[in-house]
Amino acid sequence: MTQRLVEHTNKERKTRTMKLRHILAGTAAAVLVPLAATADAHLTRGGSGHLNIIYWQAPSTLNPYLSGGTKEVESASLILESLARFDENGEMVPWLATEIPTVENGGVSEDLTSITWTIADGVTWSDGSPLTAEDFIFTWEYCTHPEGGCAQSSYFDGVTSVEGGDGNSLTVTFDAPTPFPYTAFVGAESPVLQAAQFADCLGARAPECTEANFGPIGTGPFVVTDFRPNDVIELVANENFRFPDRPYFASVTFKGGGDAAAAARSVLETGEFDYAWNLQIDPTILSEMEAQGNGTVVTAFGTSVERIHVNMTNPDPALGDLRSTVEGGPHPFLTNPVIGQAMSMAIDRSLIVEIGYGAGGQPTCNVLPAPEAYASTANDDCLVQDIPGAIALLDEAGIVDSDGDGIREYEGTPLRVLYQTSTNAVRQDTQALVKQWWAEIGIDAELRNIDASVFFGGDPASPDTFQKFYADVEMYTNNFAGVDPQAYMANWACSEIPGPNTQWQGSNIQRFCSEEYDALIDEMAQTADLAERGRIAMAQNDMLVQSYSIIPLVHRGGVSAHANSLGGVRMSDWDSELWNIMDWYRIPE
Amino acid sequence: MLTYTIRRLILAVPTLLFISLVIFLIVKLSPSDPTAGLPLTIPPEVREQIRQSLGVNDPVFVQYFKWLKLMVWNEPLHLIESWTGWQVGPEGPRIISYQTRSPVMDLIMQRMPQTLWVVGTSYIVGILIAVPIGVISAYRQYSIFDQVGTFISMLGFSVPTFFTGVLFIVIFAVQLGWFPSVYDTTHVVTDWDSFVVQLKQIIMPVMVLGLYNASQISRFMRASMLDNLNQDYVRTARAKGLTEKVVVLVHVLRNSMIPVVTVIALNVPSVFGGAIITEQVFKVNGIGQLLIIAIQGGDIPVVQTVSFIFAILIVLFNLLADVLYGVLDPRIRYD
Repeated sequence: MTQRLVEHTNKERKTRTMKLRHILAGTAAAVLVPLAATADAHLTRGGSGHLNIIYWQAPSTLNPYLSGGTKEVESASLILESLARFDENGEMVPWLATEIPTVENGGVSEDLTSITWTIADGVTWSDGSPLTAEDFIFTWEYCTHPEGGCAQSSYFDGVTSVEGGDGNSLTVTFDAPTPFPYTAFVGAESPVLQAAQFADCLGARAPECTEANFGPIGTGPFVVTDFRPNDVIELVANENFRFPDRPYFASVTFKGGGDAAAAARSVLETGEFDYAWNLQIDPTILSEMEAQGNGTVVTAFGTSVERIHVNMTNPDPALGDLRSTVEGGPHPFLTNPVIGQAMSMAIDRSLIVEIGYGAGGQPTCNVLPAPEAYASTANDDCLVQDIPGAIALLDEAGIVDSDGDGIREYEGTPLRVLYQTSTNAVRQDTQALVKQWWAEIGIDAELRNIDASVFFGGDPASPDTFQKFYADVEMYTNNFAGVDPQAYMANWACSEIPGPNTQWQGSNIQRFCSEEYDALIDEMAQTADLAERGRIAMAQNDMLVQSYSIIPLVHRGGVSAHANSLGGVRMSDWDSELWNIMDWYRIPE
Repeated sequence: MLTYTIRRLILAVPTLLFISLVIFLIVKLSPSDPTAGLPLTIPPEVREQIRQSLGVNDPVFVQYFKWLKLMVWNEPLHLIESWTGWQVGPEGPRIISYQTRSPVMDLIMQRMPQTLWVVGTSYIVGILIAVPIGVISAYRQYSIFDQVGTFISMLGFSVPTFFTGVLFIVIFAVQLGWFPSVYDTTHVVTDWDSFVVQLKQIIMPVMVLGLYNASQISRFMRASMLDNLNQDYVRTARAKGLTEKVVVLVHVLRNSMIPVVTVIALNVPSVFGGAIITEQVFKVNGIGQLLIIAIQGGDIPVVQTVSFIFAILIVLFNLLADVLYGVLDPRIRYD
């Protein structure tokens, strides 16, 4: 697997520039041409029989606009589709559209304020009615209705209108120049809904449409026959699907429930299921299961990075309401980058990966590790643990243990940190390892873990949320959807710092603030050239990482498993894992 | 007897109201957020909109009274409608789950069959195994049968189901390949073959739970039998020349059933409550699994409604156990 990833990385480096052109020319053709031209029985519609999928977290609804959870988005992607999707390399593939609009082909306006798609001819809904621009306009209205509580409304941010035009064209207009306009109706999170089915479900009435939410009519390869929330979905092939020979499977059972280990067992050991999702379990157990020879573990890497945020503000409880706020003043010692650098150098990222992540992780020194065009290589020194180096660095800076208790002091303050994260076996293992390494360089860490629903809950009244950050360092994973890092890198603007005045909302968790960085954010928002955007993104990444307000640890990938008899799986972390399920087939024995 | 029953039923109303308030406050005041499980890529403004649309931000007592009104009036009418087909279900809001955005009662009705099948069968199996074992163990106290029975029931009682469940899966599903490790909730029994499939998929969860239930009940049965076997009326019965069979199975057994019936009746609500762990292990998506997912997802309406239904069942079966005493032992009368 690693070998393949390396090869793939090299390939991507070559194509870093002119990425969009490459997308248009290459992959589009490759994906849309049937996998095999032969008339094998298993490569006809329904010829591969029945497919069993297990997601150990069961989908609660099939309307991704009402949930936003990965399990709902991915299960709905069997039924609902969007104009374009992302393949396993993070490259866009036209799906319901004929091609990807760009400035060069005239699809994106010169001033970057609108994008015009052409809906492919002959696409029908599973009930036989044609797909039109009206459906897209309706979907936009549905998700942007103020009372609807649409979970994907950020995909329509800045969209001022969606209009149909001549023939099958569809124009999305933005309120400002948008260098990366592939948000609305692109990827699994913002698919098109059928206007006729959801017409009475706008706004506050959205939850009343249980029947539609549990059985949306889609353009995709499968049609729901039975949906049991948080349990199981039964699907059959869509008879009106636009490719006459696909999907190859006649029916699908999409089971939910249990836990990750049981899901892995059902594919790799008992063979009851063909595909299992999100197998974040002990890597040794997973490889023992795989060794039984029934199935294969597959991984896909997106942008998820497990990282340690280093608090730039003072979390001292004595400050009361001013804890961890800009007003409360800077942190007594963590604002000194030398300390952060030493903490980063002391960590053996490869060992963390080996113990906790296995195939599902790679050591990283970047907060933005992918797509390849945006990944910096300037920080790769941290990949190798260097405890003597860290000790030397601290000694040189005069940060030494002056009272002989084994803990260094910085301007009289001992380097004791409170290290918090969410409750999760892998995270607690990582905490224990890091605590030990930091102890070796004279930094004492007190460990704390908080239930995930509280930690990520965002309740402004709770002192334990990751936004409040009432600790010195905290660890979790974040990522961004899609392939464009502009919005993600804008998370670290000075204005994004959470505090009481914003109800503790805000994405600049470590309270990093730099005018230079804010200038890069502005520059990014006005740059359309992809190579130039890559340069800015890398500069942003380097600035963040070298401020040591953030210590990236592990680039995390999705881990799934499929039976050896299942062919056609091309796992993508940029879209639904099941994005190309219409091409999946049963390998004949 | 009747007035006693009626009095108890009326008394149950304030009890249940109080229970519902306590459940509501515990769930509501504990830190939980229905949007906590969403990916971090969903921005905070959108999360706030989601919370707004779910009504999470209303004052606590407004939420409580809204829920209570729906729970005691609208939902029972909908339930009657779904059972009988009469058009009595009122228009308007129902208790809506945060996660699925669908009526909570529909979710419960959808899951009840799995739970009743698996947990109910295991309970019956448990009783059928436990009563004879308890009787024989007591009648032949300290025999080898008694020793073995005691050992097995201690084992069954003290080894947790998440261990026995996984052990069964590893032995019977992975190694031997006899039974499926994942329960198919969509399976419908139509003929002999499909019945065999159902039998195969139900046998492991039923045995895991049955072992646990049987262990518990057989201990009660044995202890109660031992108490009665040494009583004077048993000697009298034997002295009258009754056969051992009649003495043990008619006289002693009936009298020994009183404490056992209490235990059995008081545990019936847990049959409806499902077995959270066993359901999770075997992927039998019943009530227990519904509850645990709702707790994890901060789905307060579901947690609350399911817990309240448990409360009703527990109160009712307590009453039933009390009434059954009177039936088993004519000396016990409440009037």
